[in-house]
Amino acid sequence: MRSRSGIGGMSRFNVTSVALGLAFLYLPIAILVIYSFNASRLVTVWGGWSTRWYVALLHDQAMLEAAWTSLRIAALSATAASVLGTLAAVALVRAGRFRGRTMFSGMVYAPLVMPEVITGLSLLLLFVALDAARGFWTVTIAHTTVTLSFVTVVVQSRLLSFDRSLEEAAMDLGCPPLKTFLTVTLPLIFPAVAAGWMLAFTLSFDDLVIATFSTGPGATTLPMRIYSEVRLGVKPEINAICTIMIAMVAVGVVAASLLAKRGELAKARAA
Amino acid sequence: MTHAGTPPRRDKSRRDWGRRLVILIPAVWLAVFFLVPCLIVLKISLSQTAIAQPPYVPVLDLAAGWPGLRDFIAGLSLDSYKLIGSDWLYLTSYLRSLSIAALSTFILLLIGYPLAYGIARAPRRLQPFLVMAVFLPFLTAFLIRIYAWINILQREGLLNDMLIALGIVGEPLVWLATDTAVIVGIVYSYLPFMVLPLYASLEKMDESLIEAAADLGAPQWKAFWLITVPLSASGIFAGALLCFIPIAGEFVIPDLLGGSDALMIGQTLWTEFFQNKDWPVASAVAIALLIVLLAPILIYQHVQMRALGDR
Repeated sequence: MRSRSGIGGMSRFNVTSVALGLAFLYLPIAILVIYSFNASRLVTVWGGWSTRWYVALLHDQAMLEAAWTSLRIAALSATAASVLGTLAAVALVRAGRFRGRTMFSGMVYAPLVMPEVITGLSLLLLFVALDAARGFWTVTIAHTTVTLSFVTVVVQSRLLSFDRSLEEAAMDLGCPPLKTFLTVTLPLIFPAVAAGWMLAFTLSFDDLVIATFSTGPGATTLPMRIYSEVRLGVKPEINAICTIMIAMVAVGVVAASLLAKRGELAKARAA
Repeated sequence: MTHAGTPPRRDKSRRDWGRRLVILIPAVWLAVFFLVPCLIVLKISLSQTAIAQPPYVPVLDLAAGWPGLRDFIAGLSLDSYKLIGSDWLYLTSYLRSLSIAALSTFILLLIGYPLAYGIARAPRRLQPFLVMAVFLPFLTAFLIRIYAWINILQREGLLNDMLIALGIVGEPLVWLATDTAVIVGIVYSYLPFMVLPLYASLEKMDESLIEAAADLGAPQWKAFWLITVPLSASGIFAGALLCFIPIAGEFVIPDLLGGSDALMIGQTLWTEFFQNKDWPVASAVAIALLIVLLAPILIYQHVQMRALGDR
């Protein structure tokens, strides 16, 4: 017999497994945030609350520069990936059958699971073959290529879930395809495109392996910088920068979910 | 642009052009930046190391025409593959990667399934929040999450402090730079990738089937094993492949949490390329890894296309 004695109709087993799972996911992050406010230089000795590592971070010019580079690369590549990824999703869902379709979908889905070392190596060898100057732009191109598949998957599931008849009605009434796309389809899939953009931004901001392969002198990204520090050992400044990044993500997610709520409210009112 | 007054013929040809562009733009991008680079890796894996710029021979010289192409083909060799096939260093690191990937995927299933199941059986209005809660750590930088574990697992770290305080062990144990640390790091980083596909398949399941089985007297474990598990098979497949394939080529986690004596194949490739500057061998390592992973990648694509209502 199923026990229904837990919280909100969930069985005790289910409550326990969700609670344990979330604890596993969040405890290490919580510990990191707490220790970023540790006054002691020794990471594991608690020396009282302090914000000294955040102050130290403000004076770390190399770290700030790397963060700025990463932000620009992430914003640019996420935007390019959103455009290309949305086009690819439209091609897969709305263009029907075309020659080379299997090949096309293969190229779209493969980067999702391709080990990063292979993607990174292959892109670097391409840039060398093209004799391209490596740096900011090559990393941006590499990140666009890797993240556009994620945008495609997100947008594709949205395109599949809504009624095609709206587009067909617009076209039957003489609306040209481009205008139909811009005025009917795009507003409907926009939440998915925005979600895809955020995902692409995060993936790019986060990436170490592909950036290390495809960059050149002068363009050090934040993960590359953190990685070289971490390899030398645990440092309280790193705890501080990690906490700032976690806070940024938290703010971004809250903002995005509020926007989504407002969108749903507007839709509910319109209906 | 005119709307209603456009003759149907012109409208159709314009629509065809639009359709072609929608396909062509991403296709060309992916061909140039995904397909061609893979071919270049294949080509360089058949070259030989040289002290030159770029550091391999032969270099394809298209300006030399047919004789150039003939020389180029004559210059290709399988030496790099012979090397990785005969040296135990490479073979053991392939085997290590595959066994660590298999073991971690199995542990991910053991932890991820109850979590996904619990979320799928939670009250409807709570579910989106729980899914978001699982996905959120994925959005905080990957490097941060590995780094957090260094804090915990190092010799003077929190885990040892806790174990000593509880009197479970007398002196600090070695956690960092072991396979255990690597697997913990992998399981921690990939958990969202396992839980989300599992949840997607469990959430769609009709609960009345389980109730029917219970009414007919089936024990709970039997109903679970005979109904729930088979019905969530697509989620199990998608989650397992989504984890197994990238884990097999993982670099950052074993590099930061693992020992330096036994490498995973991603690290071997990295070392060949960045330290030994042996581009042909690094490329051959990549191609061999790709061949090993080809079957799982193709199965994953099949699952993915079916899941997205695609044939």
